[in-house]
Amino acid sequence: MRGISISNKSNKPIYQQLFEQISSQILKGELESDFNLPAIRTAAKELRISIITVKKAWEKLERDGLIYSVAGKGCFISDLSNNELGNKRTNIIRKQMLKDLLFYKNLGISEDEIIKLVKELYSKVLSC
Amino acid sequence: MKVLNVQGICKRYDKFYLDDVSFSLDEGYIMGFIGSNGAGKTTTLKGILNVIHKDAGTVEIFGKNIDGNEIALKQDIAFMMGSSDYYPGRKLKTISSIVQRFYSNWNQEAYEGYLKRFKLDPEKKVKELSQGMRIKFALTLALSHNARFIILDEPTSGLDPVARDNLLELFQELVEKGDKSILFSTHITSDLEKCADYITYINNGRIIESTTKDDLLDKYRLVNGSEDDLNGMKEDMVSSKKNSFGFTGLIETVKLKPYKGINAEVPTLDDIMIYYAKKEEDNAQFNI
Repeated sequence: MRGISISNKSNKPIYQQLFEQISSQILKGELESDFNLPAIRTAAKELRISIITVKKAWEKLERDGLIYSVAGKGCFISDLSNNELGNKRTNIIRKQMLKDLLFYKNLGISEDEIIKLVKELYSKVLSC
Repeated sequence: MKVLNVQGICKRYDKFYLDDVSFSLDEGYIMGFIGSNGAGKTTTLKGILNVIHKDAGTVEIFGKNIDGNEIALKQDIAFMMGSSDYYPGRKLKTISSIVQRFYSNWNQEAYEGYLKRFKLDPEKKVKELSQGMRIKFALTLALSHNARFIILDEPTSGLDPVARDNLLELFQELVEKGDKSILFSTHITSDLEKCADYITYINNGRIIESTTKDDLLDKYRLVNGSEDDLNGMKEDMVSSKKNSFGFTGLIETVKLKPYKGINAEVPTLDDIMIYYAKKEEDNAQFNI
């Protein structure tokens, strides 16, 4: 695995940080299918976070079909075709964008303004 | 399985009372017990261990009432109330040889492992140890009889940041297999942010919250805004503080919903404690 970084100071809940980092590693194909994720209690100890937090992240990964669990053996990365990976990636992006757009709507920004800003900022992100 | 089930403990002293304290802990988890100085943490822990006489309430450990089963249950409980200051003139090895006689399941191998881990010299006398070392020795004694339930009063106070971090790592190691559980009190809340699964928060003798750490932090928001914002929100907040830029305050997340556009952040455990203490203060002033 590529490592996980958890911040206690972030406004994002820790389970969400964990979920996002692992799901992005899966969706980018960095974690191979059937790779055995560490046991919940071990991951909690190693990352210095609560057992319940890890459980929540693993449950969300399972609900999204990114991992599967085998009783007594733990959790494994799902075997997903490229097509399925693409679909899941799109789904996650849609959910995130919906949240972001709601935020902008509350700020009173129009669709055109958002698109203009996205274009402007994306070129900056690309150069990062 | 519930390791601990506390129901309705009351204890009255002259100027302080524990008021209907109830909470429980599932097996295999770490619970942090927080509250200001004098909030009732130590009194509660003493009530659980039957060290003080409760005016009311019951304590079940491993499903058995502590009244009537105290001696048998305590074989399976590790507890540490403050550092070990007993017999300052005695060597550590003398004290351990006395303590081990009380426990039928004393584990000499574990004991020696902890001595090594904490870099304690059994030939030294208690009075030759620093405060931090005394705490480590008390922990060593508490943890060396294969206890399944570990109760510690302020185990991290008096330890430097590195020693505290090592201790928290040890706690997580202890619960890793899922058969041991830990309840520890502290006022160093950053320690809990790292390792606790559950938090029980006591204020002025009453339990304010007892829930998972994630749910507790999710339940409140730290908000700030202008003084005008405050006027509309004040009733809904736990408490708030004014400053020259406006105000900051604590509010339950569900009550935040109607106030769109207010800047809200996830609080720390400290924030929650500070604003509940402020509420108490405000109420006291109001009553006068």
